[in-house]
Amino acid sequence: MYDFLIAPFVEFEFMRRALVGAFALALGGAPVGVFLMLRRMSLTGDAMAHAILPGAAVGFLVSGLSLFAMTVGGIVAGFTVALGAGLVARSTELKEDASLAAFYLVSLALGVLIVSLKGSNIDLLHVLFGSVLALDDATLILIAGIATISLLTLAILWRPLVLECVDPNFLRSVSGAGAPTHLAFLALMVLNLVGAFHGLGTLLAVGLMMLPAAAARFWAKDLTSMIVIAVAVAVVSGVVGLLVSYHSGAAAGPAIILVAGVFYVVSVVLGPVGGLRRHFVPGRHLEA
Amino acid sequence: MTAALQFRNLTLGYDRHPAVHHLTGTVADGVLLAVIGPNGAGKSTLLKGIVGVLRPLDGAIERAQIRKRDIAYLPQIAEIDRSFPITVYDLVAMGLWRRAGLFGGISRRERDEIEKAISAVGLEGFEGRTIGTLSGGQMQRALFARLLLQDAQLILLDEPFTSLDAKTISDLLDLIHRWHRERRTILIVLHDLDLARTQFPETLLLAREAVAWGRTQDVLTAENLLKARQMCEAFDRHAEVCETDAA
Repeated sequence: MYDFLIAPFVEFEFMRRALVGAFALALGGAPVGVFLMLRRMSLTGDAMAHAILPGAAVGFLVSGLSLFAMTVGGIVAGFTVALGAGLVARSTELKEDASLAAFYLVSLALGVLIVSLKGSNIDLLHVLFGSVLALDDATLILIAGIATISLLTLAILWRPLVLECVDPNFLRSVSGAGAPTHLAFLALMVLNLVGAFHGLGTLLAVGLMMLPAAAARFWAKDLTSMIVIAVAVAVVSGVVGLLVSYHSGAAAGPAIILVAGVFYVVSVVLGPVGGLRRHFVPGRHLEA
Repeated sequence: MTAALQFRNLTLGYDRHPAVHHLTGTVADGVLLAVIGPNGAGKSTLLKGIVGVLRPLDGAIERAQIRKRDIAYLPQIAEIDRSFPITVYDLVAMGLWRRAGLFGGISRRERDEIEKAISAVGLEGFEGRTIGTLSGGQMQRALFARLLLQDAQLILLDEPFTSLDAKTISDLLDLIHRWHRERRTILIVLHDLDLARTQFPETLLLAREAVAWGRTQDVLTAENLLKARQMCEAFDRHAEVCETDAA
């Protein structure tokens, strides 16, 4: 048991680093993911993850696999697409989902093209699927910093953010906090995606945000427990995914996301809040 | 009597098309005013203009005594996301926003107030339920509890009785009359003419322009109602620029 569960982390530093990185991504990303899901922005998160790529790729082109350049590039690209897609949706006939799809397809193609101009296929793999087993100090500090900022910002913005989701008109009638809250939330989303990009790559970055959130929806009725469950699912996915990868030799990033995927499927089937089990085995009705 | 609101040649609308057209008049302080008119007459638009969600295309709304924070606004129910996992208690507690703001704590006394508001609308025992599990009438009761906590001078209600049963309507009417006795100013958008005749002393009959405005029995005449129906023509995509000046 010890050999199986604990020893890999005790013996190998890269496993410990990966674990810390996965925990940080879970803590910051899962709560943001819950809000994305509740605001029906799950696909927005996915699209934005791809949209980060060309920025990171330009950073890569300029200075190789440099953390700073790729992070700055990713953040700039993320904000540009988030604001650009919002602008196109608001000022033209195109709906936001369609304009996001347009933006992210172009971004993804552009990003892969830029990376392949200079880098090898290994670099491309790194960019697309991340390298959670090769996190250095600077990257870990970045990811942990993003998690800290996310949790603090969510604590500060909690009330207006919830209110903006439930009843935006009411918020607008009592306070001007709506628009800045929305912008700050978009910023959090981009930051977390950039952090996850380093660990899980552009294609899987949303994985630890959306899968735990979607799973938690089936277990909790209120927001606070939903977020706690989402974080727990994300953390456990990180641990189990790393162990699976260690013992089987499978790639670590996809293993983590797949474990989260298993949690999701189990939740869909067994979850007490609107899961399939309740649908097919409803139980006898109550008295009142 | 002082004026709570003054409309001066007010035009409100969307994309340059007027929904409320050259409205002039005064809402006296402490009045209980029904706003009646056919669909598309600009009733909801008028409320949005008063709250400030919508800027006038022309003219002005003056609310000298009333600050933005003194207004409570209940929009049509469809605009609330009822799938969001929030409890009745938390929804009602939002009425304290002006006092608690972004970070302010909620004191013990305020907790009492929240509970009192919930029981005033007859929702005791529902505090921990999420809003998705409420019926239409219960949801509207919860929103009225939130209004109670807002403690506002000017209360704007947009079709609050749509698809409610008689018992709920009469309970909510009691609350409205209580606010009226407390000298608050209330504007309520309605479709039910009988309700307006029996419950509301003053009426504004709106069909983009004011057809009539005054005591309810003088306003809701067959002649005026016919006029309102005729004035509210279809949306004209190729409308000319309006040249009418201040009335």
